[in-house]
Amino acid sequence: MDNIQTTLAKDKLLALFAREEEAITAFSTPLVNRIRQHALSRFRQNGFPATSKESWRFTDLTPLLNTEFTFDFSNQSRSMDIEKIFTCDVYDLDTFSITLLNGWFVYKNAPLTKLDNGTIIGSLAKAMELYPELVDQYFGKTAKTEEHEMAALNGAFVQDGLFIHVPDGVCMEKPVQLINIVDAQQPVFLQPRHLIIAGKNACLTLVHCDHSLTHNVSFTNTVAEIFAEENAVIDHYKIQNKGRNSALVTNTYFHQKRSSKVTSNIITLNGGFTKNIVDVTLAEPDTISEHYGLYLADSNQHVDNQLYIDHLAQNCHSNQLFKGILDDEAKAVFSGKVMVRPQAQKTRAYQNNRNILLTDDAKVNTQPHLEIYADDVKCSHGATVGQLDPEAMFYLRSRGLCERTARQMMMIAFASEVVQKISIEPLRDRIHDLVEKRLKGELSICDQCVLHCNSKEPTTFNIDLSKL
Amino acid sequence: MENNSDKILEEVTGSDYKYGFYTDIEMDQAPKGLSEDTVRFISAKKNEPEFMLEFRLKAFRHWQTLGEPDWAHVNYPPIDYQDIIYYSAPKKKATYESMDEVDPELLETFEKLGIPLEEQKMLAGVAVDAVMDSVSVGSTFKKTLAEQGIIFCSFSEALQKHPELIKKYMGTVVPYTDNFFAALNSAVFSDGSFAYIPKGVKCPLELSTYFRINAANTGQFERTLIVAEEGSYVSYMEGCTAPIRDENQLHAAIVEIIAHKDAEVKYSTVQNWWPGDKEGKGGVYNFVTKRGICEGDRSKISWTQVETGSAITWKYPSLVLKGDYSSGEFYSVAVTNNYQQADTGTKMIHLGRNTKSTIISKGISAGHSNNSYRGLVKATRRAENARNFSQCDSLLLGDQCGAHTFPYLDVGNRSTIVEHEATTSKISEDQLFYCLQRGIDMEGAIGLIVNGYAKEVLSKLPMEFAVEAQKLLSISLEGSVG
Amino acid sequence: MLSIKNLSAAINGKTILKGLNLEVKEGEVHAIMGPNGSGKSTLASVIAGRETFEVTEGEVTYLGSNLLDMPAETRAREGIFMGFQYPVEIPGVSIANFMRTAINEKRKYLGLEPMTGAEFLKLMEEKKKMVDIQSKLTNRSVNEGFSGGEKKKNEIFQMALLEPKLSILDETDSGLDIDALKVVANGINLLRRKDNATVVITHYQRLLDFIIPDFVHVLFDGRIIRSGGKELAIELEEKGYDWVKKEK
Ligand SMILES: Nc1ncnc2c1ncn2[C@@H]1O[C@H](COP(=O)(O)OP(=O)(O)O)[C@@H](O)[C@H]1O
Ligand SMILES: [Mg+2]
Repeated sequence: MDNIQTTLAKDKLLALFAREEEAITAFSTPLVNRIRQHALSRFRQNGFPATSKESWRFTDLTPLLNTEFTFDFSNQSRSMDIEKIFTCDVYDLDTFSITLLNGWFVYKNAPLTKLDNGTIIGSLAKAMELYPELVDQYFGKTAKTEEHEMAALNGAFVQDGLFIHVPDGVCMEKPVQLINIVDAQQPVFLQPRHLIIAGKNACLTLVHCDHSLTHNVSFTNTVAEIFAEENAVIDHYKIQNKGRNSALVTNTYFHQKRSSKVTSNIITLNGGFTKNIVDVTLAEPDTISEHYGLYLADSNQHVDNQLYIDHLAQNCHSNQLFKGILDDEAKAVFSGKVMVRPQAQKTRAYQNNRNILLTDDAKVNTQPHLEIYADDVKCSHGATVGQLDPEAMFYLRSRGLCERTARQMMMIAFASEVVQKISIEPLRDRIHDLVEKRLKGELSICDQCVLHCNSKEPTTFNIDLSKL
Repeated sequence: MENNSDKILEEVTGSDYKYGFYTDIEMDQAPKGLSEDTVRFISAKKNEPEFMLEFRLKAFRHWQTLGEPDWAHVNYPPIDYQDIIYYSAPKKKATYESMDEVDPELLETFEKLGIPLEEQKMLAGVAVDAVMDSVSVGSTFKKTLAEQGIIFCSFSEALQKHPELIKKYMGTVVPYTDNFFAALNSAVFSDGSFAYIPKGVKCPLELSTYFRINAANTGQFERTLIVAEEGSYVSYMEGCTAPIRDENQLHAAIVEIIAHKDAEVKYSTVQNWWPGDKEGKGGVYNFVTKRGICEGDRSKISWTQVETGSAITWKYPSLVLKGDYSSGEFYSVAVTNNYQQADTGTKMIHLGRNTKSTIISKGISAGHSNNSYRGLVKATRRAENARNFSQCDSLLLGDQCGAHTFPYLDVGNRSTIVEHEATTSKISEDQLFYCLQRGIDMEGAIGLIVNGYAKEVLSKLPMEFAVEAQKLLSISLEGSVG
Repeated sequence: MLSIKNLSAAINGKTILKGLNLEVKEGEVHAIMGPNGSGKSTLASVIAGRETFEVTEGEVTYLGSNLLDMPAETRAREGIFMGFQYPVEIPGVSIANFMRTAINEKRKYLGLEPMTGAEFLKLMEEKKKMVDIQSKLTNRSVNEGFSGGEKKKNEIFQMALLEPKLSILDETDSGLDIDALKVVANGINLLRRKDNATVVITHYQRLLDFIIPDFVHVLFDGRIIRSGGKELAIELEEKGYDWVKKEK
């Protein structure tokens, strides 16, 4: 059930939609607009997720919806000189870089590029104009608007975002880097939408950074639909480093066909409020799906990772490893569900969530769930909440390390199990650096993600080691 | 233990429910349906003190405001609470001084069940308080117990003789507001057991109660209350079997345990009510609220359960670890076959400092059944240095069944360590073949492997129970291999 | 006793045994040797009745009946014993309980009265000595936490208890130090009688210093490519398997 605040927010959004419908729907294909109507009616019916719903029990959106948000239904930032605002600082990482500013595509030349190898990269709005069949073939096919309120909301307001289509047999050697920047003087509400398709035998690496440039209030609600066709390989990295006044809800859907492989890695370094929903459909046999996550939170940050892996076919392998370190009054939620359907024999599924609490005010709720209807399976899961292993601490100290160094070393080691899973070396090194800085209290929001910003007032987030 | 288990395994024969018969004793029962009048009828019938009636009425009024819980992983047709008889008692006198006075037909029933009520007195040293359809009909060894100041009697008797104790403790661990079934039980409970162990007393006997549902359409609503005073110890066993009946029978019991400073309570259950037939018809609905509180420092409570029966089980024996250094344990084996559904587990609520809990759960699913572990481990901010270890494994014996694990871990302080581990796998082909190669048939092989798998839990049961439990595991899996 | 004719067997569609012939008579000891992957364990599994292997051709007669018609447990009760190359662990099931169940199942099958606990304990004590097992082994779960050597000793111990007519011992010698090997070999020799037979599968001739075989066969690529007496084993040791492969 909605409470008054969320109902108010819902009514405002519905009224807004009615007012702005023309602008909102202007650049979409007829099919996308039909899907939009469906999503809208879902949102009208279900509203915002309430804490009475199991998956939102510990994550309450209500306080965030009090703000008077502004909305932007046309692209104000199309030809901004983005380099004036920031530059990429992963020096060794040669990427195909794309920027969204306040949810809109920023481009200097063309909004949509077709590379020599046939890959199409660019604005979703533009793709709907130039490649409507391609968009229609995939759009809305895997996002669960029935079940996920925030995906329904996004579906109702969808306008722009990233579109990638890697054709059959093409391997994108260069990683694609998507930089999602929020830079606004007033509180903004953004809903970018991404559609990413890797064709048969195709491969793609996507680095997705969520980043805020100011300390203003913002609410970002993204949906990404990611399709791995037969034998495709997708590496997906999300690096979240946002200001403490920002709220971020991501709904990421992976749809995997036969023998495809998806690796996803979500690194949450900073953020006021973060909820990541990852929903994976293993539709055909022999797929591999690996999901890693690391969250480092302090002050009163809130990080919620919700994973759902649906094994629908035989001989698929899924793995989840999420680790977190929580300081101050930070709160983390992990809910992972593995569903093994009756036909999904020979499933192997593993799930693991490990947490370290540094204070008595930090909190963790973890729910690793298995629901299994096939018998020839090997599934296991585990969850732990605890501190740094005192024996290991002692071992380090007995070798002459001071307590502080030993702790740092142990925390970095704890985190690096996840970082090690990053397969692009320069990115891994960079993330490792960031994590290390973060854990040493040396990371500011302006020295982060894979970016560098020119803001003059850096804010630092400290993990206070004396509390360990 | 070894020899017993051997004997048991040999004895396992026949695949029909062994305990399928029912005793025809004339019932003195309440009219069908539930209203304030029913509640008053029950209370009057039992000649209860005023406070009890008040309690029941409050619970009843609260129950009317509640809806049935729907979050468990079980499905069943709606229950018509007006189509249930809420009170029935054997017609003969309700309490007996000696066994001679007990209805011979009832004794015969127990004999058929293989419960050696007579023998147990001599052989096992077990005092038996047998509850048949809600009213206690026999208590043994009362004298031995009384000498030590131990009270072990039916709940009704306790209400007459020790109303102050009941008033002090009843509803303190499971308030009637706790949940739908707890409210229902609090309004209409018919009888149950009460045990009180005074300060410093180690109860010399295993206290034991056999419950048995016996009348058609009669929900059974027992209530058990165990109070262990400072430094005392008691081991309590609850076991039950039910005859085959066609309609579903509702069972909504409450068990409350209070352990004071340095006290220890062990509570063991073997639950073997009728699970329904192979097509999923009939069977008992077992919606139970069991909870203990480790009130005092260094107190300890352990739950051990072997669940093989009932069509639907909804049961989470829980512990509130309030005293510093208190500890709790939960050991469970749950077997489901055919169309059984079990949603069971525990809650460990750590409130005190340096509290410790252990959870070992072994689920075994066969046929078309669904078996879920659901557990909560919570450590509040105050519960410094709390420790929990949970191991919840599931074994699958067929491709039509489901095994689910739903742990919830909430930690709110930095010095707590909580660990949960679980695995789900199919029964190993290699193990089965190894047994077959030694000449053991498939059914025997499964029985052996499953008993081995559950051993960690079975070994926590008192001897008398361990034997029955092993037998039950094998029996309940009969016909599970195709 | 055992007669295998033109036996072919496959697993997951892959043919492993390709027309194998073998004749074992009462009182004989046969040794089957061959390089890794040649199908030795497969042969043992097929004789024991493991259903994951599919017999695609040929026949196997055991004491005059069609062995392939019998389920695994019937074969065991009829006196076939397989010593596993990799004995599986069965947690929580004690060896005593396991063996007593096995013996009594067999007795039931043969129409005999079950053995009482006391009789069984006595029998167990007796056989334990034979394979030099310390008493504690019998209280432990089947193979759980056993070292490689203990597992193999335990196989022979079970063989002693079950008194099979035909034993197929799959690499019972591998992973044993010389003392353990002597114990195992001694056990096998003690159990040797005129009316039973033993097939030892090994790829070292070392074991054959202790257990003198009547026949030695070389299994290669799913077929027996050469048979001979004890001297064949020695020749193999000297010249390696390439020698027989070439000769073929
Ligand atoms: N379960 C199985 N699935 C597929 N192939 C198998 C399986 N078991 C054995 N094999 C194959 O069968 C062949 C023979 O194996 P095995 O009988 O174990 O050989 P040996 O005992 O002589 O070393 C090998 O090539 C092995 O890879
Ligand atoms: Mg082998």
